[in-house]
Amino acid sequence: MSTMPLDKPTVRRIPDKLSTPAARLLGSWESLLAAVAIAIFFANSLASPHFLDPWNLSDATYNFTEKAMIAFAMTLLIISGEIDLSVAAIIALASTAMGAAAQMGFGAPALVGIGLGAGLLCGAFNGLLVARIGLPSIVVTIGTMSLFRGIAQIVLGDKAYGGYPADFAWFGQGYMSDLSWWPSWPGFEVVTFEMVAFLVFAILFGVLLHMTAFGRRIYAIGNNAFAAEFSGIPVRRTKFVLFLLTGLMSGVAAVCLTSRLGSTRHSIAAGWELEIITMTVLGGVSILGGSGSIGGVVLAAVVMGLVTFGLGLLNVPGIVMSIFTGLLLILVIALPIVVRRLRASS
Amino acid sequence: MMMSRILKYRELLLGAIILALIAAFSLRAPGFATPRNLAGIFNDTSILIILALGQMAVILTKSIDLSVAANLAFTGMAVAMLNAAYPGIPLPLLIGAAMAIGAVLGAVNGFMVWIIGIPPIVATLGTLTIYRGLAFVLSGGAWVNQTQMTSAFLDTPRIPLLGLPLNGWTALLVIAVIAVIFMRTGFGRALYASGGNPTAALYAGIDVGRTRFFAFVLSGTLAGLCGYLWVARYAVAYVDIAAGFELDTVAACVIGGISTLGGIGSVAGAVLGALFLGVIKNALPVIDISPFWQMAISGLVIIIAVLFNARQERRKGRLILRDAARSPAPAAAEGAAA
Repeated sequence: MSTMPLDKPTVRRIPDKLSTPAARLLGSWESLLAAVAIAIFFANSLASPHFLDPWNLSDATYNFTEKAMIAFAMTLLIISGEIDLSVAAIIALASTAMGAAAQMGFGAPALVGIGLGAGLLCGAFNGLLVARIGLPSIVVTIGTMSLFRGIAQIVLGDKAYGGYPADFAWFGQGYMSDLSWWPSWPGFEVVTFEMVAFLVFAILFGVLLHMTAFGRRIYAIGNNAFAAEFSGIPVRRTKFVLFLLTGLMSGVAAVCLTSRLGSTRHSIAAGWELEIITMTVLGGVSILGGSGSIGGVVLAAVVMGLVTFGLGLLNVPGIVMSIFTGLLLILVIALPIVVRRLRASS
Repeated sequence: MMMSRILKYRELLLGAIILALIAAFSLRAPGFATPRNLAGIFNDTSILIILALGQMAVILTKSIDLSVAANLAFTGMAVAMLNAAYPGIPLPLLIGAAMAIGAVLGAVNGFMVWIIGIPPIVATLGTLTIYRGLAFVLSGGAWVNQTQMTSAFLDTPRIPLLGLPLNGWTALLVIAVIAVIFMRTGFGRALYASGGNPTAALYAGIDVGRTRFFAFVLSGTLAGLCGYLWVARYAVAYVDIAAGFELDTVAACVIGGISTLGGIGSVAGAVLGALFLGVIKNALPVIDISPFWQMAISGLVIIIAVLFNARQERRKGRLILRDAARSPAPAAAEGAAA
């Protein structure tokens, strides 16, 4: 019944004193996530002697870096009140485009351009349907999810593209220490290109969402699109840009994943949309729009990566891990609701 | 009045498109439009029709059930293993068990949406992975093969009656029962009311949350039934059966004109939407198009159907305010005219 808008008038109590910044930080979703991450880190290092090996940990980051890069863009999109279920299908299509180009003998820079371009095009198509024509994003992106992956399926059939140029492999497999300017401090040799890309995009999206007018507009749109429009915010254009960004980041993830796997099948990244949305929601982004932060999503990515890696070290099969992912998704959404209700009744 | 006329028009249109498709395909392949082949297509689409009707109940209440295929996989695995382990259990009891397990899994979704207040898309995205994972835990990843299941279990849905296998008759029975429930019972009215305007439904004395709960139970029950039908049809049960099929059920509803905003749609629409997908799926190999085209085609059809639906929904006049904001004078004139 809590979903009913007119069920009960909302009573807003004014607190006797404002909470201090320190208290707010302690009680925040992000600090809870950080605590969970640290707990899982300790549990993992106790459960398996191989966990704390730096090279192992470096490998473990591949569990989340590619998904997290899309999750950053998805965060902005969900805060604005929309959703994109076609991200994994965009990876499939972009990867197929790169595979086809590789067959024709294009070099690594061209392949990257083609992957990003395909992602942008797919994002623009979603944006056109949702922001321009005004269709509901859930159904539209269920449709484009079929369409994008379907096109990959038509092109590939049951075959696979391989034969990517050797220097293309660096994006998904390379270490930063391959570059001459990278400092050779101890511990820095295990840093991969994807880890750096993950951090750079985290900072870029964090600045965009939390420090620019564009970011403020996203929150305004998510909280009340009508009011936002009346305040002169270009709602449709902003949403279009967000779909473009999500498509672009799916293209980036496609480059990294294709480079890491070295081959493309039509089932590449199947089911990722689910994990990316779980990551976003676990990061404290409200699925109804209007609130969330990039910091939370970064922590959620690390938590999910550590859980997957730890369970993998304990030989838990992938599909059983997905039970944990599903439970995690439901629990993190249910907990705040239940807590709020308990607090309201006491 | 206006609405019902458009809806009728829409179903007629969809029916005409399906007939035109069948006619076009039979030009390429003369055997396509024979009654025997058409009965085969209907039989092949039965499971999608039944699932689409369950999905429709949920969508009518402004929710969505993405866990139907995983529910189907779990119940299918459960009854297949029951049959393999205890061949003595009579078939009606097994079918009853499948529907009961399905109903429980549906009730879990409904509980989360009703009592806890989790958005339906998130709740069922979660249970989608959980149910399929549980199918793996239940079976240990092993398959249940044809040789392990009894012949009564596998062959009963294939028994032909008046040219249509029992599998197809089951779909007809479900269509009839659902049509009566949706159009002739208080629960059916409540489904439409709680999706069309939840606030008004509340003031009319309808418990919207409870209606949603039972919509999910209905969807789960039908998914359970389909779990049995699927395993019997393909004579094998494994963890990944019907993977991604939940999207086909949503597609069938969207193509059939069930509005994802809730409250709009008819049983005939959902059935025709499912048949549309069924005809295309069965026609592709006949006209020498690789089955790999099917996914892209259904994606394209979903998008076209959503475009079509949007035009229909816009007539409700909900967007007056936004239009007025964009161009005050003409919108006001239109408002006066209407």
